Amino acid sequence: MSFEDWLRQDRLPHIFCAGCGNGTIINCTLAAVDTMGWTKENTVFVSGIGCSSRAPGYVVTDSLHTTHGRALAFATGVKMANPKLHVVVFTGDGDLAAIGGNHFIHACRRNIDLTVVCMNNQIYGMTGGQGSPTTPRGCLSTTTPYGCTEPAFDLSELAIAAGANYVSRWTSYHVKELEKAIKTGLETPGFSFIEALTQCPTNFGRRNKFRQVADQVDYIKAHSLLKAKRDRLLEQGEPIPADMYVVGELMRRNRPAMGLPPKEAQP
Amino acid sequence: MAAKLPKRGGVFIQMEDELASMAAIIGASWTGARAMTATSGPGFSLMMENIGYAAMTETPCVIVNVQRGGPSTGQPTMAAQGDMMQCRFGSHGDYAVIALCPASVQEMYDLTAKAFNLADRYRVPVFLMADEVIGHMRERIIVPDAVPYTGRPAFVPGTQPFKAGDNLVPGFPEFGHGYGTHVSGLTHDERGYPFTTNPGLHAALVQRLVDKIELATKELADFDVVNPEAEQVFIAYGAPVRTVQQVIHDHPDKNIGFLRIRTVWPFPSHALALFKKARRFIVPEMNLGQIVREVERHAKVPVTSVPKIGGELHTPAELFSVWERGA
Repeated sequence: MSFEDWLRQDRLPHIFCAGCGNGTIINCTLAAVDTMGWTKENTVFVSGIGCSSRAPGYVVTDSLHTTHGRALAFATGVKMANPKLHVVVFTGDGDLAAIGGNHFIHACRRNIDLTVVCMNNQIYGMTGGQGSPTTPRGCLSTTTPYGCTEPAFDLSELAIAAGANYVSRWTSYHVKELEKAIKTGLETPGFSFIEALTQCPTNFGRRNKFRQVADQVDYIKAHSLLKAKRDRLLEQGEPIPADMYVVGELMRRNRPAMGLPPKEAQP
Repeated sequence: MAAKLPKRGGVFIQMEDELASMAAIIGASWTGARAMTATSGPGFSLMMENIGYAAMTETPCVIVNVQRGGPSTGQPTMAAQGDMMQCRFGSHGDYAVIALCPASVQEMYDLTAKAFNLADRYRVPVFLMADEVIGHMRERIIVPDAVPYTGRPAFVPGTQPFKAGDNLVPGFPEFGHGYGTHVSGLTHDERGYPFTTNPGLHAALVQRLVDKIELATKELADFDVVNPEAEQVFIAYGAPVRTVQQVIHDHPDKNIGFLRIRTVWPFPSHALALFKKARRFIVPEMNLGQIVREVERHAKVPVTSVPKIGGELHTPAELFSVWERGA
């Protein structure tokens, strides 16, 4: 199958704005799922609320579009009741880290066998551009008209601290790396978290002086710091620039996990 | 459940909060599992968000609420019936549910089994609205070898997953069979696809969600009629049933009517008319008067509310004195 075969043709066109990065991330995810050889019969997509969470509605598999922030709790129910199903969760920064923050840390702690793809556009895109827990300090949104004064969450570090087996961060610019990271996440037993920084031209870019979509993608690219390079800088005692996003595979480990298919659950 | 379910091929999971518990049982239900959660007090309020989701997505599930004194943290180990309106109307928007009220340990057992069957049959959240008195009660019960089992309405592959037939309940397109079911809490069309801006479609969907329960009121009704010729009739559910039974037991010479309700929602209003000589209904409840409003809405004779909060049952003497004052 190509990724197009994974889309519900009767649901298109989608609701995403021109220039939105969500489509890129959905494509990467579906391409990764496709290479796994998973099927419509054994794959379930789950989401909460927000632009990111509309994604499962466009995928041909069984899909559960749930309440704001609760996707991981619903997904936990699906996975525990039928561990043979492959469960992939689409979420966003507001959905996952604000209203869903508690479910996020506990899903990581349980290390439940899910793959979570977070479209982090650093804003509540669907509801008019309110600041989210990942809106960088100084950035403008409808609820931070004088610049965001709150420190932002680092979602990947949060997932690592809470116990996720696999954590990667890439961006909507790094499509090949992102697809590969998602595939590794799908292959890794336990909780896999892939954070994808992405542009929201309508509600983030417009208010933060990114006049063109490409300007924001360029910014994301220019402010991505490869983990290997970050580690080198640390080794050399060099300072890490504060406005850089560390990208790459940030964690891979094998903690005890829940919800594994019967075969893998054997000791 | 934590001790017994894993030994019987089931799954028990302690979620991080009641929001998550409600979410997890809905997720589990879509894989075909029969799923339940239990709570008391503020936990019930936390479940409301996803109870609405279960109603909108027609997800079979069972919620046990052992009611205690509220509002807020209230009286964690004292009895109350203060959540009877919340279980019916607590989530936002219009919808309908089924609520059962046990008045004995045996009924805790029997009505739990019944709740699962009703949840499956009507694809709706079903509440077992117990109270602390029944929840902590110790009584001898009979555990039958088997209980009746009603499956979920069958889904015909290739048909629209949210299109209902004459009984208003669509077939259940369980996950994991390649049906490609899309489940959304958004207003959805019969394919399950979000379609939120068509007033007629929303009205028809929500009306069906309510009608599938409300129009089945007589079918769902579960009540006992004692002394139908009586002029004064007690109406009770849950723990106060026991006090009324004591009053009747203590006064065999008096003609004391009693409508004892197990299915409180949908409210069996037709049962009131079975007391043809009734001149007054007396409704003892362990709240400040909730289900009495339903009685008042349907009764053609005066209705007396006998509220009691604080955690203690009405005494037989209290109820008998209300009866003695006469209609």
